[in-house]
Amino acid sequence: MYRENILDHYKHPRNRGKIEHADSSAHDLNPLCGDEITYYLKFESGKVSEIKFEGSACAICLASASMLTEEVKDKKLEEARTYGKEALLSTVGIDPGPTRLKCALLPLKVFKLALYKHLGKKITEEDEKLV
Amino acid sequence: MLNPEKIRADFPILSRKFKGKRLAYLDNAATTQKPVQVLQAMDEFYRNHNANPHRGAYTLISEATDLYESARRNIAHFIGAKPEEVIFTRNATESLNLVAFVACQEAKPGARILLTQMEHHSNIVPWQLAAKRLRLKIRYAKMRSNGTLCMEDMPKEFEGEPFIFSFTHVSNVLGTINNAAKLIRLARKAGSLVCIDAAQSVPHMPVDVRELGCDFLAFSGHKMLGPAGIGVLYMRKELQETLPPFLGGGDMIKSVSFEESEWNSPPYKYEAGTPNVAGAVGLSAAVDYLKTAGMQKIAAHEQKLADYCRKELSHLPKIRFHGPRNGAGIVSFNIGRIHAHDVGQFADEDGIAIRTGHHCAQPLMKLLGEPATARASFYLYNTQEEADKLAASMKRAAKTLG
Repeated sequence: MYRENILDHYKHPRNRGKIEHADSSAHDLNPLCGDEITYYLKFESGKVSEIKFEGSACAICLASASMLTEEVKDKKLEEARTYGKEALLSTVGIDPGPTRLKCALLPLKVFKLALYKHLGKKITEEDEKLV
Repeated sequence: MLNPEKIRADFPILSRKFKGKRLAYLDNAATTQKPVQVLQAMDEFYRNHNANPHRGAYTLISEATDLYESARRNIAHFIGAKPEEVIFTRNATESLNLVAFVACQEAKPGARILLTQMEHHSNIVPWQLAAKRLRLKIRYAKMRSNGTLCMEDMPKEFEGEPFIFSFTHVSNVLGTINNAAKLIRLARKAGSLVCIDAAQSVPHMPVDVRELGCDFLAFSGHKMLGPAGIGVLYMRKELQETLPPFLGGGDMIKSVSFEESEWNSPPYKYEAGTPNVAGAVGLSAAVDYLKTAGMQKIAAHEQKLADYCRKELSHLPKIRFHGPRNGAGIVSFNIGRIHAHDVGQFADEDGIAIRTGHHCAQPLMKLLGEPATARASFYLYNTQEEADKLAASMKRAAKTLG
């Protein structure tokens, strides 16, 4: 479970922090384990130009949150919108099993919340399948 | 002294291997494993004596009824109660819901309920439901940062004359053993009814309801070697006569017409529907097992293991323990900034089962300032070697993630 890439992102998170004048942000938590993640986003020329996160969570969740920032940065909005859990899980590179799956996917859920806030769109059933 | 190695032989699950390692089950505050004696008693009931008790005249029914009622007598004797004061429920949660429902029923709007800050959700939410329905007020007696109740503030807590005081005997998060005798004296002086959440005490130490002098006492079968789905509410006999029923249905009535019904005599008044006879039989077998081991010895064994475990873990840098040192067999901790879930995962990889999370006590976790803690909780079948294994595993977690 605690592979080198996970430990690396856990100990040296990428893009951790706050964006002061973010175009959008979102926060959510997993009430069962207390994982908490906030994303801050900036957009430019139809792309995710900047992304940062804050959070208090387990190693799996934090590593996933950090990897997600690298994955979606500079992606076009439509690409970011369709970025799904298979892609993230394959980047994280582990099978978290049923009890830890929520930890690995919380960042994706929060990122999508922030993105949809910016897009001013409601999350459809189709979109929900992605997270 | 207990011989845990000998005891372990009675628990089939404890010989299972996980990832090639012998299971160290240290999550006994959540649920406990079952000895063959309990499994056999339940199996024997379903194989040879199954029928719906109290309903009809054939031999099988009288066998099922005898088994159900002798389980009640055995369990009553175990906690110093009269048999008719033992009400079978699904678990401690249902028992506490029952108390909150019937005891609040006749309270006037604005009447006060006193709880404490260290309660499990099951001793908070039922009262919140009743308070909302009947416009009652809830107060929470304060806890100190060391995980014990502020006893010097307690007399003040009773000044509002709460009509009922419900508190946990032993905290499931901290292992704190509350001074029940003293709390009950204060409650009596204020004229309050007293309810005890004994889910973490009855399985682990001698408990006598007469000695305590409480009105209600709730516990679960599955936390004391018995099956899940059977629990107990002790309710003082006089209260059973006067308080209203909880659930309605078969067996809890004496007579029913289309207009109204008359209630059965206690404890049946509180047992609506076909009861969990196999559960009661299993719990009774669990009580026999615990009595043979000796409750005093079990308490001493767990205390010794918890002390030892705390001592071994204290060598880890940045470890924080929650709860008092002289508590029950529960060790709750965090290591630096490592999330409790990661701690639990490391333990799991070494074949050790510990609980991580908020332990169904979110308000208490907020007071502790921790989103989650790791908790090792011991029982009669645990060994010093298992505490050593946990300490070694935690050392590895601290090294990898710290």
